[in-house]
Amino acid sequence: MTHSIIISGFGGQGVMLMGRVLCQAGMTEGKHVTWLPSYGPEMRGGTANCTVIISDEPVASPVVDSPEEVVVMNIPSLLKFEPIVRRNGYLFINSSVVDREPKRQDIKTIKVPANEIADQLGNLRVANMVMLGAFVFTTKCVNIESLIDAMKYKLKGKDSSIIELNVEAIKQGLRHVGG
Amino acid sequence: MDYKVAYKMPRSLSGKQFTYCPGCHHGIVHRLIAETIDELDLREKTIIVAPVGCSVFAYEFFDIDGTVAPHGRAPAVATGMKRARPDLTIFTYQGDGDLAAIGTAEMIHAANRGELITTIFINNAIYGMTGGQMAPTTLLGMKTTTSPYGRKAEKEGYPVHVCEIIKELQGVAFLARTKVTTPRDVMTTKKYIKKAFQAQLKGLGYSLVEVLSTCPTNWGLSPEKAIKWLEENMTKEFPLGVYVDKVGDAK
Amino acid sequence: MNKIMMKGTEAIGEAAIRAGCRLYFGYPITPQSELTEYMARRLPQVEGTFLQAESEVAAVNMIYGASSVGKRVMTSTSSPGFSLMQEGVSYIACAQLPSVFVNVVRGGPGLGDIQPSQGDYFQATKGGGHGDYKLLVLSPSTVQEAADLTGVAFELADKYRNPVLIFADGLLGQMMEPVSFSDKKVSYDNSSWALIGAKNRPARQVTSFNIDPYGLEKMNLELQKKYKLMEENEIRYETTLTEDADILIVAHGTMGRIAKSVVEMARKDGLKVGLFRPITLYPFPYEALRKSAADVSLVLTVEMSSGQMLEDVRLAIAERTRVEFYGRMAGVVPMPLEIYEVLKQKIGRRS
Repeated sequence: MTHSIIISGFGGQGVMLMGRVLCQAGMTEGKHVTWLPSYGPEMRGGTANCTVIISDEPVASPVVDSPEEVVVMNIPSLLKFEPIVRRNGYLFINSSVVDREPKRQDIKTIKVPANEIADQLGNLRVANMVMLGAFVFTTKCVNIESLIDAMKYKLKGKDSSIIELNVEAIKQGLRHVGG
Repeated sequence: MDYKVAYKMPRSLSGKQFTYCPGCHHGIVHRLIAETIDELDLREKTIIVAPVGCSVFAYEFFDIDGTVAPHGRAPAVATGMKRARPDLTIFTYQGDGDLAAIGTAEMIHAANRGELITTIFINNAIYGMTGGQMAPTTLLGMKTTTSPYGRKAEKEGYPVHVCEIIKELQGVAFLARTKVTTPRDVMTTKKYIKKAFQAQLKGLGYSLVEVLSTCPTNWGLSPEKAIKWLEENMTKEFPLGVYVDKVGDAK
Repeated sequence: MNKIMMKGTEAIGEAAIRAGCRLYFGYPITPQSELTEYMARRLPQVEGTFLQAESEVAAVNMIYGASSVGKRVMTSTSSPGFSLMQEGVSYIACAQLPSVFVNVVRGGPGLGDIQPSQGDYFQATKGGGHGDYKLLVLSPSTVQEAADLTGVAFELADKYRNPVLIFADGLLGQMMEPVSFSDKKVSYDNSSWALIGAKNRPARQVTSFNIDPYGLEKMNLELQKKYKLMEENEIRYETTLTEDADILIVAHGTMGRIAKSVVEMARKDGLKVGLFRPITLYPFPYEALRKSAADVSLVLTVEMSSGQMLEDVRLAIAERTRVEFYGRMAGVVPMPLEIYEVLKQKIGRRS
């Protein structure tokens, strides 16, 4: 089983961290993982993105033509990555920021008002963890427990209140998609 | 009859006959360095970094470990050595083309970092080994094979004054300009070289001794006339003396 | 062994420290500055020395100096910086000084760009500087392999008293993967040749210089003898599904693992495609490649360059099999699907 994922948004939305937390979680589950920040001509054009692969097999190519799962946190990311989502793949949209509809009918679209949920939790910055909760619950690329542990590992040294907030954000995210 | 040794070859010279031209000052300076190494008892832990130029073979004339750096890069090579083995004493021996043209950056930055290395800088205002081309220190009006009509300020700029340039750098611990044309000058130069090594040994910073030297062959003068020319022309352009001294005088 | 997520550049740095490297001299240049910064942070923690040089020219000569006194030392740079180092690399090779270089190759020529490339293959393998010399060149394709080969690089450098180059690209440098490090205690002793003071022995010289042509030729013959030994003993490569292959892709480094995905795609479609991935670019695995390609009808070389390794592939295959090429330049990374389409086209052209 291989999950190929692109997570994309504005710089500052924490999309790189989302990818790194996913990889950390995958690694602790004994899976093969790669995390690749935007590279090549992709680096131009207003989006920051990373490609994440989580697999039971050693990862061959760290770059993917057609990811199975895409997370878009802003409009430029939607324009850029919607066309390349694999057929029957997932497109996660941060609907708080992206106020338009995807065009494709051959993919599964999940809308998460990540900013609104984060705002209700009292900190807009955890929108990325809200999205990650929804993403992981839906795709099952890693376990929620590993995800929370990985997030804690990444935020090591931070205030316990901040860590609690992020845990809550993940939980709200998965609740939003039925978890 | 009892004989007392009054004068002999320094232990730190290898005994290999100098291959320098008659009247060249490299030999005198080599000897002064070797005497200094002997007196400071450093022979077994000193490394010479020779340059590219006439003194490219300098490492063969000393009975110490040594290497030859790429042209101009001796201070960088010496930096690598010293950082890897701070217990060793490292000196570079460089000419004017090596140090003040192609190697300006390496010299200035080693000086600025206060690298604990010593540089002996031979300034004879000309490229010797390649056959008499213009050096950064060539005097205005001086004819060389690449300034055949005489160096002109508007075309080739002015002679580079190394001591005046680096004396402002805070990493420099000892800096002096000297010559070896008279016995008195030889003694002064020896004193400077010793201080330069002491600056390194005491961990005070970078040290450099510039020695104005002759190049009878490429100047087209006899050794005697070359000395006279140096006295009359070079000392005017390049004032002698101590520019920086953080070592102080031994009590 | 515990694994941690690390960038390729950082993994190389950590592996170097585990290999006993306590000296780093370098100059910042994208896309490898993370390695420089890693060493700046990490070396003081292990009582090592990090020094930011005034230029790559100075850095390579600091490497020369530190190596000549017998210490394990490294630098890292990216293409334009490695060009600047070539003079020093030639001196280091001739003086037989062990040292480790990392070139995180970027798009060129000239100032180029800062994206992944393999366009420095010729410079790396055919002698980027002057004279008859060779670097041992290692091309890792994963972060773990980059870490492992860094340890190998220091061993080989000492074993052959030769500079070793780790040939990477920005993709491998920036990518994060789980990596584990060896905790093996490292010891090395270069006192038999290093410049450490003429105590109780004759003075010693380490130079790249001999004004007598016969003397210099002798030095050269020694180098050539050493290169022959490397060619006999240090060839490394990896093969994937080559046994029954009818088509062979040849690719190294990052391109090698991207090509592995192409093999997977092709196999799903029933095409018998295999992969040959050289790990040592010098010495190049000519013989092994020849054997792997013995029964195939098509060899496709894929590179992030205009076709540089291609020349070595052709040397290996000679005229026995059709050799085709696909590459992108300037930092454009060929994607798996793109390569697969090209492969299918080339197969089609045959029938």
